[in-house]
Amino acid sequence: MPKLTIDGIEIEVEPGTSILQACEQLGIEIPRFCYHERLSVPANCRMCLVEMERAPKPVASCAMPCGDGMVVRTNSETVLKARKGVMEFLLINHPLDCPICDQGGECDLQDQAMAYGFDRGRYGENKRAVEDKYMGPVIKTIMTRCIHCTRCIRFINEVAGVPDVGAVNRGEHMEITTFVEKAIGSELSGNLADVCPVGALTHKPYAFTARPWELRKTETVDVLDAVGSNIRVDARGPEVMRVLPRVNDDINEEWLSDKSRYSYDGLKRQRLDRPYIRQNGKLVPASWAEAFTAIAARLKGLLGNRIAAISGDLVDVEAQFALKELLSRLGSTSLDCRQDGARFDTSVRAGYLFNSGIAGIEKADVILLVGTNPRWEGTLVNARIRKRYLAGNVTIASIGEQRDLTYPYSVIGSGPETLQQLVDGSHPFAETLRAAKNPMIIVGMGAFRRADGLAVQAAARLVGEAYGMFRDDWSGFNVLHTAAARVGGIEAGFLPGEGGRDVHGILDGASKGEIDFVYLLGADEIDTAKLGNAFVVYQGHHGDAGAHRADVILPGAAYTEKNAVYVNTEGRPQLARLAVFPPGEAREDWKIVRALSEVLGNTLPFDTHGQLRQRLMAANPIFGAVGETTPAAWAPFGAQGPVDTAPFVTPITNFYMTDPISRASVTMANCTEALVGPAQERTGTHG
Amino acid sequence: MSAPASDHGHAEPTSFTFSQENLELAKRIIAKYPAGKQASACMPLLDVAQRQNGGWLPRVAMDAVADLLGMPRIRVYEVATFYTMYNKNPVGRHHIQVCTTTPCWLRGSDDIVHTCKKKLGIEVGETTADGQFTLGEVECSGACVNAPVVQIGDDYYEDVAPEHMERILDALARGETPKPGSQTGRQSSEPIDGPTTLKVFTTAQADATTAQADD
Repeated sequence: MPKLTIDGIEIEVEPGTSILQACEQLGIEIPRFCYHERLSVPANCRMCLVEMERAPKPVASCAMPCGDGMVVRTNSETVLKARKGVMEFLLINHPLDCPICDQGGECDLQDQAMAYGFDRGRYGENKRAVEDKYMGPVIKTIMTRCIHCTRCIRFINEVAGVPDVGAVNRGEHMEITTFVEKAIGSELSGNLADVCPVGALTHKPYAFTARPWELRKTETVDVLDAVGSNIRVDARGPEVMRVLPRVNDDINEEWLSDKSRYSYDGLKRQRLDRPYIRQNGKLVPASWAEAFTAIAARLKGLLGNRIAAISGDLVDVEAQFALKELLSRLGSTSLDCRQDGARFDTSVRAGYLFNSGIAGIEKADVILLVGTNPRWEGTLVNARIRKRYLAGNVTIASIGEQRDLTYPYSVIGSGPETLQQLVDGSHPFAETLRAAKNPMIIVGMGAFRRADGLAVQAAARLVGEAYGMFRDDWSGFNVLHTAAARVGGIEAGFLPGEGGRDVHGILDGASKGEIDFVYLLGADEIDTAKLGNAFVVYQGHHGDAGAHRADVILPGAAYTEKNAVYVNTEGRPQLARLAVFPPGEAREDWKIVRALSEVLGNTLPFDTHGQLRQRLMAANPIFGAVGETTPAAWAPFGAQGPVDTAPFVTPITNFYMTDPISRASVTMANCTEALVGPAQERTGTHG
Repeated sequence: MSAPASDHGHAEPTSFTFSQENLELAKRIIAKYPAGKQASACMPLLDVAQRQNGGWLPRVAMDAVADLLGMPRIRVYEVATFYTMYNKNPVGRHHIQVCTTTPCWLRGSDDIVHTCKKKLGIEVGETTADGQFTLGEVECSGACVNAPVVQIGDDYYEDVAPEHMERILDALARGETPKPGSQTGRQSSEPIDGPTTLKVFTTAQADATTAQADD
């Protein structure tokens, strides 16, 4: 371990640590533009120069590994002079348009110019101007501001795996461009604006809307996929102005998918801001009391087996738990949180969780994807698989469709029979799995969203058992969910009880007239035509498919408007926090259920959020471990049985529009148009 | 200042395929590099493509090279735009590149450029109407000892004086290939007045070459 002295302080660091990293460990700040801790190190901006004894010139600390006995100075006269020189060169061609620049106030160049810039320019020539480039519907470019740090090129090549951005020409003619003038075909393109240290790449939907110092910042979690990315919601007054990622190395590192980042304009459109009651076939505005009375009137005298509830993809745990409690008081056991109709065994936690954790992907040496397109179903899971691929020595295979996943992999089959061949060892890929130290299987909803889902789950389990994926030191059996509400709903018990119907049974029963009352808790991805003549209550935040069919609409809160628990695909409970208040008369969802219970004469035993959380934790202790995963014990799950030979089909047809929020978003519509394209089949619910 | 390389007002061809012969050549070039490092063949392959395409590289040709090497297209585009020797715009049959960097300039490269302009009736960066000549200025050609230098196609014409330049252009216009190298008959880069040392060893040879040059 090399030992060196920085500014008179001795420090011992891991071999391979750069001087810049060692300085960070000591809390010494080194200015930098091109260096980014999650990207490769090109050392081309020269801002991080430090003085090193016995070196003839200042050295770039980001690229200089620590050596034994080095004596480094970061604050000497020479260093300051060198950095001032670099800064002056960077500013030669940088425009002085900070007042109209969206990066203003959170700009690395602006901040560092305060420390290392002169108070006036000495450059009298004409500044260079560069034509702006088109980089797609979410990235705005003002290329004159570019300082050629190449972070965007490295990000798109290394992390996103879509080599669409490059530097053309040379010397002072160098320009960053896409090849050529095309939209960047990555679901992670929004991160380009985050890594850009200046205002060259900014967020198009955020352009000229706010200044960073005006914004109220709320740390919360994303719910537009099941990954549970940590985000920061920046709001001004009652409006969400932008969404940014927060660092969480276990989940999203510091990236965020474009859907999670830019769907926020959907939060301002098509909102349900007051209750409605259907009268003579038309929805008319009503008061809360009227809405509750209408529901109570319909429920009066109704037997429990004629009542059912389905919860949607964006619903928090509290609301599902409260509704489940209410339904059980009404005598109903027909409730399901799997509105997509996925069939899988929920009796064993290991059978429906991403057991290895997303960070666990980095330990796997063979990854088998089953019926999943992780690029669309969990963009950051896919980014993690790509990171694993870049680290080398990994075999990735897929059973399902051939897609561009940003890393090479082989398709070894298309349907469940391949899983069975792997179980009995007759498939050639069995050899690879057998040789693997930490084999991993990732099962997507494409494998469960079919009639033989339980048998597929059992087959996947048998593969896991056959190749050592359930060990004390390694759990390689993973399920990748597509909805943020799903695991939370399962953990809260929002599932068919004894004699209860699942979502297929509920819809079937409703269309046959066996179910008279259906409570849709934010459920929009069901076939509402099948609800027949049932009385439908829709509680949710957007006027989407469910609300159109509803007889009573109860306006709820979106994920940015409530304090609530969400559980991601790893089984990690995380807290969403209120950033802005729900619009109009809309309320937090658990409160609506609690208020309704009182009108129904079945008052639920909690009056505050705290009491509800207490009950939640009593019902399932995993909700107490916020931010952590509770390892799932292994036990047999699934139901062995005959499988259909039909190939697995990914459940997402348009990444940019999967839920009521993203469907209401103009930005997502633009992305769909630019990137999904007319070749993509668009169905009624997806566009 | 810099415009995107796609925007120079010329028509880009819509397709490019390597000729059978050049494909063989490309494969031989690729074979020089270790397996998995075939991207190293990018530059020679761009050269092959440029020669096949009459001295310039359209984007489809860059794409063809990228696809042949399994590289992202932007990577090849970066390389092609970095080097000035890859012509991103069509050039005439004879690409005249006059070096105007300091040593050549001191030795009169301005006169050479002027002669070319006058003789061909074009400015620097332009092509004659008949598509025969393109005139270009380049930075140091690396033959300063024999300045001024003009590169035409693959050949260097050294120690060029305006009258030499006129002769060369006339010869090219007639379809001949003027003799490359020093136009004053100088042997490689010896002193301009002949050798000052080792005369004993070089006189015979020098006489022979001078006689040859005078032919």
